[in-house]
Amino acid sequence: MKRKRISLFDVLTHMLGAVLLAMVLYPLILIVSCSVSDPQLVATGQVLLFPKGITFDGYRQILKNKDILIGYGNTIFYTVVGTLINLAVTVPAGYALTKRTLPGGKIFMAFFMFIMYFSGGLIPSFLVVKGLGLYNTRWVLLILGAYNTYNCIICRTFFDAMPRELEEAAVIDGCSVMGTFFRVVLPLSKALMGVMVLYFAVGHWNAYFDALIYIKDDGMQPLQVFLRRILILAQQQANMEEAAEYAQSLANLEALIRYAVIVVSSLPLLIAYPFLQKYFDQGVMIGSVKG
Amino acid sequence: MKKKEKRAGRQAFGLKLSTRIWRHREYYLFLLPAVVYVAIFCYAPMYGLQIAFKDYKVSLGVSGSPWVGMRNFTDFFRGYYFRNLIRNTLVLSLYSLIVGFPVPIFVALILNELKPKFKKVTQTVLYAPHFISTVVIIGMITIFFSPSMGVVNTLLNGLGMDSIYFMGNPKYFRHLYVWSGVWQGMGWGAIIYLAALAGVDPGLHEAAAIDGASRMKRIFHINIPCIMPTIIIMLILQVGRIASVGYEKVYLMQNELNMEVAEVISTYVYKRGLINNNYSFSTAVGLFNNVVNVILVLIANQISKKCSDTSLF
Repeated sequence: MKRKRISLFDVLTHMLGAVLLAMVLYPLILIVSCSVSDPQLVATGQVLLFPKGITFDGYRQILKNKDILIGYGNTIFYTVVGTLINLAVTVPAGYALTKRTLPGGKIFMAFFMFIMYFSGGLIPSFLVVKGLGLYNTRWVLLILGAYNTYNCIICRTFFDAMPRELEEAAVIDGCSVMGTFFRVVLPLSKALMGVMVLYFAVGHWNAYFDALIYIKDDGMQPLQVFLRRILILAQQQANMEEAAEYAQSLANLEALIRYAVIVVSSLPLLIAYPFLQKYFDQGVMIGSVKG
Repeated sequence: MKKKEKRAGRQAFGLKLSTRIWRHREYYLFLLPAVVYVAIFCYAPMYGLQIAFKDYKVSLGVSGSPWVGMRNFTDFFRGYYFRNLIRNTLVLSLYSLIVGFPVPIFVALILNELKPKFKKVTQTVLYAPHFISTVVIIGMITIFFSPSMGVVNTLLNGLGMDSIYFMGNPKYFRHLYVWSGVWQGMGWGAIIYLAALAGVDPGLHEAAAIDGASRMKRIFHINIPCIMPTIIIMLILQVGRIASVGYEKVYLMQNELNMEVAEVISTYVYKRGLINNNYSFSTAVGLFNNVVNVILVLIANQISKKCSDTSLF
């Protein structure tokens, strides 16, 4: 059997790769370990890599926390419905823009490109949303960002690369434009749809600022808003207090819940993306940079 | 002359504009939702920008409020916070650019040299932070860097040093912001360069190898020059964003103790506008920021067009 000689260069690059890997992996592992460790040991800094004194109380605590459950449910709703709206608005637009014969196509393109560089800004947008009566309704989180120029261009690039003959054949066989799009083009665009679903879903799942601006009722808030309260605001308050008192106050289940909630809120996306990785690696986005 | 030719071309097709539009009616239907959305949520707010030059009163509405000329802008320029805001915004984004821009290129060049299996695993892991929300990232920083139970201070104590309250010390704010950004974005940012590297002609590498070029040399003389156009496009995009630091992350990192370095234009716009209800003033600050951004993109684009034939438009 032939064996390749391992060069110094290979050793170096692989070591650098391993360093990068460890840098990203360590904080993630630490969070998971702390979430299942005895909070007393975590608070005194004894959990540095692997869990100690295993307990699942943090996760049990989450199931009792009404805010987190409400937020989780809301986020699932916003993500599923919001992503469907995103797809329905952005993907067909990207397809239409591939038609070079479309009268006014260039004008539409300019119409869409302009908003990448210039916007009305926070307050004027807020006034529009309020004027439409969308303030403090679930609609605002579903509709805002329904169209996205960057993703639309990715769609256009993808559809552009499809062989024209497919569509022509469908048209000759008597298919309408709608029919061609839904029966021929979309079924061949699984890679694109996968990536689009991922991008839009990640946006909805992780968004918090729009909710902060537009939603008042706690019953409609997404998970991230509750996370902000649990992870950041509560901690800031605790840090202001005396150190001793502080250590005491954290050495309870409240502390544990923070780690557990990070795991629970991040897990769905972290499980989903590796399945779509080959698509975003394989240059669905190549060429999309340059509009 | 040109017009005549165009008309002639159209007559050759035998189609009038109205006919051609009618033929494409279904495509317009495809564009309709996006056009309606963009018109309402992107262009209508631009009409509302006029309140930057007005004294907006809710009871009078956007068009009914009285004009005040440039007063909101001069108030901002002469205001107590102006210099501080500009400095904080520019320092934060320049620091992010200088550190955050080269790292993904470096990561891509390294990944490109790894054995396929190890490469795949490393890639997958490096992408992970991109999918973690900003709230959770800041939550993680808050926990890890906390004075009493954070792992960083545990290590410092182990080395015989005193604990530091990182999040409450203005000295550390920028470092935490920038390096957490690098941690989160270096894998995802590398994708675009990996795609460019995948497009490098293998023939170049073969020829260079035959000529005796080491792999290190080939990185510098083949890989980097080949991905240069991508690097330049990304750089234009980033330079165009120098004056805009998004509020999402900064806002979460702010507390009473670090405000002197942590307040940037976008968070100021949010607070003055939606918390203090100072609509006109806040819109003026946002508009100023927006115009500066557009000018920066145009300048960066122009420079790159002159120097390298690569440009956005």
